Amino acid sequence: MTQILLRQDHTGQCLSFGQYCDAGGFEALRTALGGMSPNDVQQAVIDSGLRGRGGAGFPTGKKWSFVPRNLPGPRYLICNCDEMEPGTYKDRVLLEQNPHILIEGMALTCYALGVEHAFIFVRRGYEQAAANLRTAIGAAKQAGFLGSDILGSGFSLQLDIHQSAGRYICGEETALINALEGIRANPRVKPPFPAVKGLWGQPTVVNNVETLANIPAIIAHGPTWWKGLAATPEAAGTKLFCISGHVRNTECFELPLGTPLGKIIDGPCGGMRPGSTFKACIPGGASTPYFTREHWGVAMDFDPVAKAGSRLGTGGIIVFDQNTCMVAATLNLTRFYARESCGWCTPCREGLPFLVHTLEKIEQGLGTESDPDILREHVHALNYAFCALAPGAMGPVEGLLRLFEDELREHITKGRCPFGD
Amino acid sequence: MIPEQLAYDLQQRVKDAVTHREAAIDVLKELQRHYGWLTDEALAEAAQLLGLSTLQVEELATFYEMIYRRPVGRTVIHACDSISCWSMGGEPLLRHLEKILEVETGSTTADNAITLLPCSCLGNCGDAPALMIGEHLYGRVTPERAVAIIEQLRLGMPTKTTS
Ligand SMILES: Cc1cc2nc3c(=O)[nH]c(=O)nc-3n(C[C@H](O)[C@H](O)[C@H](O)COP(=O)(O)O)c2cc1C
Ligand code: SF4
Ligand code: FES
Repeated sequence: MTQILLRQDHTGQCLSFGQYCDAGGFEALRTALGGMSPNDVQQAVIDSGLRGRGGAGFPTGKKWSFVPRNLPGPRYLICNCDEMEPGTYKDRVLLEQNPHILIEGMALTCYALGVEHAFIFVRRGYEQAAANLRTAIGAAKQAGFLGSDILGSGFSLQLDIHQSAGRYICGEETALINALEGIRANPRVKPPFPAVKGLWGQPTVVNNVETLANIPAIIAHGPTWWKGLAATPEAAGTKLFCISGHVRNTECFELPLGTPLGKIIDGPCGGMRPGSTFKACIPGGASTPYFTREHWGVAMDFDPVAKAGSRLGTGGIIVFDQNTCMVAATLNLTRFYARESCGWCTPCREGLPFLVHTLEKIEQGLGTESDPDILREHVHALNYAFCALAPGAMGPVEGLLRLFEDELREHITKGRCPFGD
Repeated sequence: MIPEQLAYDLQQRVKDAVTHREAAIDVLKELQRHYGWLTDEALAEAAQLLGLSTLQVEELATFYEMIYRRPVGRTVIHACDSISCWSMGGEPLLRHLEKILEVETGSTTADNAITLLPCSCLGNCGDAPALMIGEHLYGRVTPERAVAIIEQLRLGMPTKTTS
């Protein structure tokens, strides 16, 4: 199984600049600057079928193609390393092992887009990742891979780190742009999309860490090779799956995109931990509806997961065993979203605390027969919120209603949580 | 008043930014590091450094989880209460921390040494349950490890951060 992002040796140590170069690092940048036009680079990314790894799975090359090249003033690239979706820690693991691959990926992307100033937006708490990036940027500058007139090509790039202070909404791309500008991080209205009017009013592409880290391999080995790393003909590339919960090995694994869920859990995860049997999991970070045993065979790729009623999201798989109360789990998730709501729009600001209240009541055994319908109405209504946070928050609630309605109703009819407290 | 060197460093950070405001969070974090929390005085100093009104700075300061607009102890323990940590015993861990620190979550120990706060996912979900103390992440924090970590904090010693 080929890994292109994480270290093959599983030491988890941070690669030095020299080690990265010895292993072929920055060759893709040389290749691109030496003989490919910016358009060639973009075309390779389009051909690769790379879809964004930040949660929404939008085709990366297509996103880049929305950027107008003829507007006056600068264009920007922002790497999204906010990573605050519960159950998600892949970008941290990647940057703790290999910050250089992101820098090379960003340099290639900026070349393709005609960007001369890019930012990496790093969340609070990722101090090691930020320190690694700072060192790596210094080394890349020294070697002439960043700065002015890179490798004599005439292409110049300044790369800056912006460190945040902790708030989930900053990961939403327009809120992120406000945060970076030093404005309270409420999302902006779309359209105009950032590709046209983003950072400081200029065309801006926002891409996830893992997305950008895949670009060097696409350029170095070609889109066909890269696409073929996946487990199915429909999928493209590898994916970082970060696992938590009740399995033996709760680590971040780089696996072929499209690997079936059950193979991930029984394979690299080493199965359930002793004493646990599989009950359910969250397949792609806190905002994705649950999977159960019936989804064991689902290929973990964007479309198959969506077809099965959930989302691949960030690839953060959270596994629950037989002793987990799904009402309590959903309550925990909803509390997170209620706390992290940015407060800008009414459905989310008012609706989420009300849902927390309703789920608390049910969990305490004080639920009423009408509560499931109240939950259902909210799942519907919160789709009309201003940004994607509120619909995301409804992922687990929708999953609870669809897959665990019996368990939900048991709380109400018994007047207590069947799992004790 | 902040030391001259810090003032100079922050002025440089502001000057190098594309717009002054881009440096706002860095400025707030540095001032918080100096004062321990973001005091009214710090807020006014930030406003001056950034060329913003205090209200504009307040809008930012009250938005972020890791900016403290109220006094905190010398050390802040952030205990993750999001889903992966919850599934791995985050709630009992928090109760245990309350017991050994003799505080309720959200408050500071009597000797002003430690503040205990809940927080959202720390990105350490594979090593749940997780804590962040200062700038360090802790993982797989058992009740026994929590006791050891706090003993070391109380002795003013750096604690081991690896899981
Ligand atoms: C509430 C919310 C939080 C988000 N958090 C992140 C994040 O932490 N990291 C990330 O890459 N994308 C996050 N996204 C998705 C971004 O808005 C954006 O789609 C993504 O960064 C695009 O990158 P990609 O195309 O490379 O996937 C978030 C979206 C929402 C609605
Ligand atoms: S949906 Fe929530 S997070 Fe998004 S703008 Fe509305 S209040 Fe803010
Ligand atoms: S859920 Fe606790 S660190 Fe992610």
